[in-house]
Amino acid sequence: MLKLRVIPCLDVKDGRVVKGVNFVSLRDAGDPVEQAAVYDAAGADELTFLDITASHENRDTIIDVVSRTAARVFLPLTVGGGIRTTEDIRRLLLAGADKCSINSAAIARPNFINEAARKFGSQCIVVAVDARATSNGTWEIFTHGGRNPTGIDAIAWCAEMQARGAGEILLTSMDRDGTGTGFDLALLRKVAKAITIPIVASGGVGTLDHFTEGAQAGATGLLAASVFHFGQFTIADVKSSLTAAGLPVRPIPAPR
Amino acid sequence: MNIGKGRTENIVVIDYGSGNLASAARGLELAASRLALDVTIIITDNPETIATADRIVLPGQGAFADCARGLAAKPGLAAAMHRRIDAGAPFLGICVGMQLMAQRGLEHEITQGFGWIEGDIAPIAAQGLRLPHMGWNELSFTPGAHPLLDGLVPGDHAYFVHSYALETTDRTPIIATTDYGQHIVAMVASGNRAGTQFHVEKSQEVGLTILANFLRWTPQ
Repeated sequence: MLKLRVIPCLDVKDGRVVKGVNFVSLRDAGDPVEQAAVYDAAGADELTFLDITASHENRDTIIDVVSRTAARVFLPLTVGGGIRTTEDIRRLLLAGADKCSINSAAIARPNFINEAARKFGSQCIVVAVDARATSNGTWEIFTHGGRNPTGIDAIAWCAEMQARGAGEILLTSMDRDGTGTGFDLALLRKVAKAITIPIVASGGVGTLDHFTEGAQAGATGLLAASVFHFGQFTIADVKSSLTAAGLPVRPIPAPR
Repeated sequence: MNIGKGRTENIVVIDYGSGNLASAARGLELAASRLALDVTIIITDNPETIATADRIVLPGQGAFADCARGLAAKPGLAAAMHRRIDAGAPFLGICVGMQLMAQRGLEHEITQGFGWIEGDIAPIAAQGLRLPHMGWNELSFTPGAHPLLDGLVPGDHAYFVHSYALETTDRTPIIATTDYGQHIVAMVASGNRAGTQFHVEKSQEVGLTILANFLRWTPQ
């Protein structure tokens, strides 16, 4: 049976790991390669790097991080942040990334997803969707760390991205991100009904039960950052909790 | 062939524009160093280098038709690869590299494969399940069924990402399966040719064990 994926996310800036609460007040939590190795040994099912490097000159730092990580860790690696061209994707894949997560570039030019999926295959094209609830019971896509509204309906957008060739949706509730109040389950359920590709839920985990709720709402991947980085839970805690709820997980591999 | 007898073996990872070559090469390097094997891992599309291969690894990502086209695009590459394999060099196909071993791929269009394994690469019919089949799934196999499975236990997990799978009436080459709404062929082997539908280079210790087994494999 296919297992749920528990996925730690590392925010990387200029080659270093950071994680902010609601994307402000960043705290440095160390070297991404070291962290990746720790999560690999701890039983993570995939790893995600979100590159939040702002300056253009430092954009290549993520290539180096991916390359050093892939030399050490034999675990699927997703990289997102600032991917605009098929050349960006090609370089990340060659460095050792398995999936590329595309956000604003898909909004700026939706056909980019068709091109990327045709060139590299749907299996490595993830579309990251940052959504906020609106006052009329729908969800709207936001860009730039949740600051800029786009007027795009999140549910319709996920369906369109699937039709254009995305192989997975990384769905983040910007209302919940950094709050510890759990995934936006209503959003997750709507998206799960609207698409047939895998969904990774992100944004808001604060308790072990939140992981279970996310899986029950239709996510096949469960992504979290701070709760792992600051030692609130281990991957093993999450897997034990999911197992207790009757959900399928991969056991933590025995240490070598 | 003169495999592993006092000289460095050339392990060739075929470069035909598909991704994940570096990860496959790094996995092979680590597996070789753990076994203290004297090997050189070479990523190449050069037919002359391929002609010196003692073992050949063919990774693959994306669509079957694109990978088949990529292989055909470089003059002499496919011919050199086939010559070495026909001469007995052990072959390991990974993901689409394994799928290419079949007769035909049905993704987007009908494309000819190598025809080493009977059957087609057809869409997975996972009723009510999400596609791609993406994530860790259990391997089912008979212990001792094949040297590539040495050191593994049925129920060990491997990392899959695919929407198409081998559909065949000939069960003989199937050495491991997994389950996703249907039985899915996870590993095949026929003579000196083997393949994994899952990503050995992304399956942690399970994958490294298979790569190590491949480096030691002496097909009968």
